[in-house]
Amino acid sequence: MFDLLIKALKNRDDRTVAQEMGFMALRICILIVVISLCILLFYITMKGFRVVNFEFLTQAPRDGMVKGGIFPAILGTFLLSVGALIFALPTGVLTAVWLTEYAINQKFVRIVRIGINSLAGVPSIVFGLFGLMFFVKFMQFGVSLLSGALVLGILILPTIIGASEEALLTVPKAFKEASLALGATRWETMYKITLPNAISGIITGIILSVGRAAGETAPILMTAATFYTARLPNSLFSKVMALPYHIYALMTEGSKKGQTEIAYGTALVLLLLVLAINSVAIFIRIKARRARKW
Amino acid sequence: MSDDTIVNRITVKDFNAFYGEKHALKNVSIDIPANKIMAMIGPSGCGKSTFLRSINRMNDLIENFKTDGKMMIDGSDVYDRSIDVTQLRRKVGMVFQKPNPFPKTIFENIAYGLRVNRLFKDNKDLQEKIEKSLMEAGVWEEVKDDLDKSAFELSGGQQQRLCIARALVIKPEVILMDEPTASLDPISTAKIEELIQVLKKDYTIVIVTHNMQQAARVADKTAFFMLGELVEYDLTSKMFTKPGKKITEDYITGRFG
Repeated sequence: MFDLLIKALKNRDDRTVAQEMGFMALRICILIVVISLCILLFYITMKGFRVVNFEFLTQAPRDGMVKGGIFPAILGTFLLSVGALIFALPTGVLTAVWLTEYAINQKFVRIVRIGINSLAGVPSIVFGLFGLMFFVKFMQFGVSLLSGALVLGILILPTIIGASEEALLTVPKAFKEASLALGATRWETMYKITLPNAISGIITGIILSVGRAAGETAPILMTAATFYTARLPNSLFSKVMALPYHIYALMTEGSKKGQTEIAYGTALVLLLLVLAINSVAIFIRIKARRARKW
Repeated sequence: MSDDTIVNRITVKDFNAFYGEKHALKNVSIDIPANKIMAMIGPSGCGKSTFLRSINRMNDLIENFKTDGKMMIDGSDVYDRSIDVTQLRRKVGMVFQKPNPFPKTIFENIAYGLRVNRLFKDNKDLQEKIEKSLMEAGVWEEVKDDLDKSAFELSGGQQQRLCIARALVIKPEVILMDEPTASLDPISTAKIEELIQVLKKDYTIVIVTHNMQQAARVADKTAFFMLGELVEYDLTSKMFTKPGKKITEDYITGRFG
């Protein structure tokens, strides 16, 4: 690794020294990335794997959280993510369609895009606060699955819009022109030609955003999540348990022995869940890339 | 050919086109006869493609694209408010510079126009129409056993003839061709040129070409555009032997462009 550099130093070959130093810097950066990821995965796994078993995944917590499992939190996270998707999927994809395919006034498009990008930059706790004021209080949805799902939906909108736009733009203009020239309307061209050819990219983006929604804590902190509920959610207005919030609560509330371990176990489950979701996205992307012919 | 039997399919009078501030077509007046081939030649950026795409309003989606003047097909103004642009494009088919089949099967590529325009009665009718148009485009023998294969598996020349079949199947009156052989090899080009000759029996063909020999070979009339203006428009035989203007002669003989 160093031999080239040493040789160059010996030969007083400045240009090669500069190059080798540069490459060295790149290698160090890569190492930092890979090592931090490994440490994180290793640490969480070591700390958490002992509590993760079938019972942990399928039972409700008992005895003040230290016994039983985290099933309600898994279910809650699942419902919140699905709810967020039900709201954000059509809204986001159709917004992207409008931005890329319909809008002719590019100035207005730019303004909308700036808005979307700003939305992406809003800290998630601010989304939480907004959700509390708007959905929980003003709309009177209360602290509920509905409020949380809507806040998460808004949170992932920019991701979905961005991914969908990118996917729509990869569809060659020639396809759209061919369709229009055959007397298809712009709408027909959209759903018969453009969307089918962009769909795998859109799905990939959506799945990645679900992973994001599943892992967020701050937005649901004040809008949907509860530390413990005896019943599983039975309506849109139920409070729900959720994995990230469960971890937060276990580490900040109560002081029973074993809480930390369960928190790590929960973290491990959440991590695996998000990784699983992301690998589905990667799988779809690879398949789509192979199928693509243009 | 005697001029008095000729019916004009497209009549253009003082037609102007603008991309924002850019004046892309300047007072173009031209009559395109029915069942003839009209070729447009001229250096890049001369407005010939803009003119072609103005006929079926493919430029509509470009921001700040504006036109004025008259662009009449069979007596009705293409840019009139009452014109349904999808109906217009049904009547005026288009073949593009690069073959652009859909990422679908050969069959579905042709079926697309019939489906969106609801131009078939039943499955049998659909299949017959597809077969007929592929024959018309001279590509049937090559693809008849592979109708369920992806159109991308065909060669470039076959793809272009497929695209021509796709345009023919909805029975347009006019076919616009934007440098249809620009991306093809000489043999495929020859096949397409032959095909164009056959097609003029039933269609009015307007073709943009960069290739002067092509215009000379296929076109009945040729229009020479430069800097957005129609410089000269005449029978091809006359344009290529006794052009009326010096600049046309210079372009045709390759002195510039």
